Amino acid sequence: MYSYSDFDEGFVRTRVAQFAGQVARRLDGSLTEEEFRPLRLMNGLYLQLHAYMLRVAIPYGTLSPRQMRQLAMIADTYDKGYGHFTTRQNIQFNWPKLPDVPAILGALADVEMHAIQTSGNCVRNVTADHFAGAAADEIEDPRPYAELLRQWSMDHPEFQFLPRKFKIAITGSPHDRAVTRAHDIGLRMVRNSAGESGFEVIVGGGLGRTPMLGHVVRQFLPIADLLPYVEAVLSVYNTLGRRDNKYKARIKITVHETGAAEITRMVEERFVETRAQFGGADQALLADIRAAFAPPAFRNADTAAYDAAYRTDGAFRAWADTNLSAHRVDGYAIVTVSLKAHGDTPGDATGAQMRVLADLAETYGHSDLRISHEQNVILPHVHKSDLPAVYAALKAAGLATANIGLLSDIIACPGMDYCSLATARSIPVAQELALHFKALDLEHDIGPIKLKISGCINACGHHHVGHIGILGLDRAGVENYQITLGGDGSETAAIGEKIGPGFAYDEVTPAIERLLRAYLELRLEAGESFINAYRRLGPAPFKAALYGTGDHLDAA
Amino acid sequence: MSRSFTPKVVTANDLRLGDVVYLTQSGKWSRLHGEAHLFTDEDSANAALASAAAQSLVVVGAYLADAKAGPHGPEPVHFRELFRTRGPSNYAHGKQADLAAAQKVA
Repeated sequence: MYSYSDFDEGFVRTRVAQFAGQVARRLDGSLTEEEFRPLRLMNGLYLQLHAYMLRVAIPYGTLSPRQMRQLAMIADTYDKGYGHFTTRQNIQFNWPKLPDVPAILGALADVEMHAIQTSGNCVRNVTADHFAGAAADEIEDPRPYAELLRQWSMDHPEFQFLPRKFKIAITGSPHDRAVTRAHDIGLRMVRNSAGESGFEVIVGGGLGRTPMLGHVVRQFLPIADLLPYVEAVLSVYNTLGRRDNKYKARIKITVHETGAAEITRMVEERFVETRAQFGGADQALLADIRAAFAPPAFRNADTAAYDAAYRTDGAFRAWADTNLSAHRVDGYAIVTVSLKAHGDTPGDATGAQMRVLADLAETYGHSDLRISHEQNVILPHVHKSDLPAVYAALKAAGLATANIGLLSDIIACPGMDYCSLATARSIPVAQELALHFKALDLEHDIGPIKLKISGCINACGHHHVGHIGILGLDRAGVENYQITLGGDGSETAAIGEKIGPGFAYDEVTPAIERLLRAYLELRLEAGESFINAYRRLGPAPFKAALYGTGDHLDAA
Repeated sequence: MSRSFTPKVVTANDLRLGDVVYLTQSGKWSRLHGEAHLFTDEDSANAALASAAAQSLVVVGAYLADAKAGPHGPEPVHFRELFRTRGPSNYAHGKQADLAAAQKVA
């Protein structure tokens, strides 16, 4: 993986020293809170409901074992023994004390990590397909381009005060695991008719208050044009974006109000200028970065140990069936480690669990770890013969839940248990749903489904692109949950439809059970997933089941 | 006739720890909602908020929150404020744990 250059190292260390001084001046009264607030936010430090929260970037979701151990150390030393992995491939510490934050940032710098640009109206952490470099369907590993974008966007003087925050996602696979259509810029690697790889550039997607899918502004962008083109997009947005209204300031509104065709024209026009300004230094840098992402030395060994365990150990087989994905190298598998044990908090890992994951990556996983936007941890390169040992170690650490892609593999934002913006809780809703469907033993019957929960309209839990989305709101001083159906965050992206009035906190689980029991009756066969049944039948029968207003079979 | 005023407490977060605090009658800060002073008229609530906001070396983000009188002092009205009195619902962390530990010692 990429290692910091002297420039990166110097930049991050300087920032830590600056922030240490800023914290000291806040504590001695030299800085007011009004002066300090933007400074702490520039360094990822929020004030939440019960405590401060530090948001640390995990660039394109990639971590080394050493970095994971340092996150564990921070969780154990400065927090309450755990960290929360988020839908933006960040980790959040929920209980740091202000005087400790400079030491935490110093500890992060020791392992080439930081919290810079995890807040504010700038380019945020560039997210990527969590199977990058491993997926069987991949055109090319997108992480060198993500790293190039990270370096370009870090402290970019033109883009520190954009109209609003700006999120870029990138995937190298046709199967979109990075939700590219719901980002300010989505980059999908494609091949042109000559067989060269490049990018389809999507602009103006986003969830939140006004969910929109992005528009393709370029069908094929040559790799060498990536930075000048992205800079052209940012430049046009920086000029046109609405600074008069926070709720209309994201690029999705700019694209919507200006029109995709006109935005495309303006970007292309600006691109002529930006391309002329890039003298090739970016391509020299890219060549160096590429070398850092060379594939590991995959080994060629037989898979007999895996085959035997798969045949004889039912629990291992169940885990293998849900938590493994196809690797591009024969004999290897991608392991998704579920951070969704039934009843636990989605995305949380204890310090001890982080150390187990670091050890496993080092011993069996070519020292590579990923954090997915679905709040799980990935061991992207594990030889199949090592899977029984990996499974046993995960099981001992409470990390072997066999539920990836199933109902209890829920995305949930922190909600009102932590977040000061939230209008309702998310976590306990996720916990109850997972426990309830486990007790019913229905998860495997229901099969693949994406259930996503947000605790406010900002949609950090991606509820709009959940097959089932749940949005927690405050309705006249009471928690109320609105349900959307039919959303999709993949290459067949769709925004879910609001189905009807919301449900009280204790009505959510029964409503979801009615909905899913109806699906089980309505599906053509066990292989027809919830989303496919929904697309075939439309909302009517599901609405009838959700509200118990009549026979959903009639509605179908 | 003046419009009706919903009673308020002054609440904030501790500058160093981030913990939720409430302004008491003596002008000190308490970790307990029940020890907060309940302001029943708008002028005194606003004056208290202004003086609380001035204590920027102690607290951060002071604001007025609706509350009502209860048998053990003021009680929160809105669920958000209720959550702030105890901590998150997924772990026994924050106030609920701190208070339990304090009771054990006592």
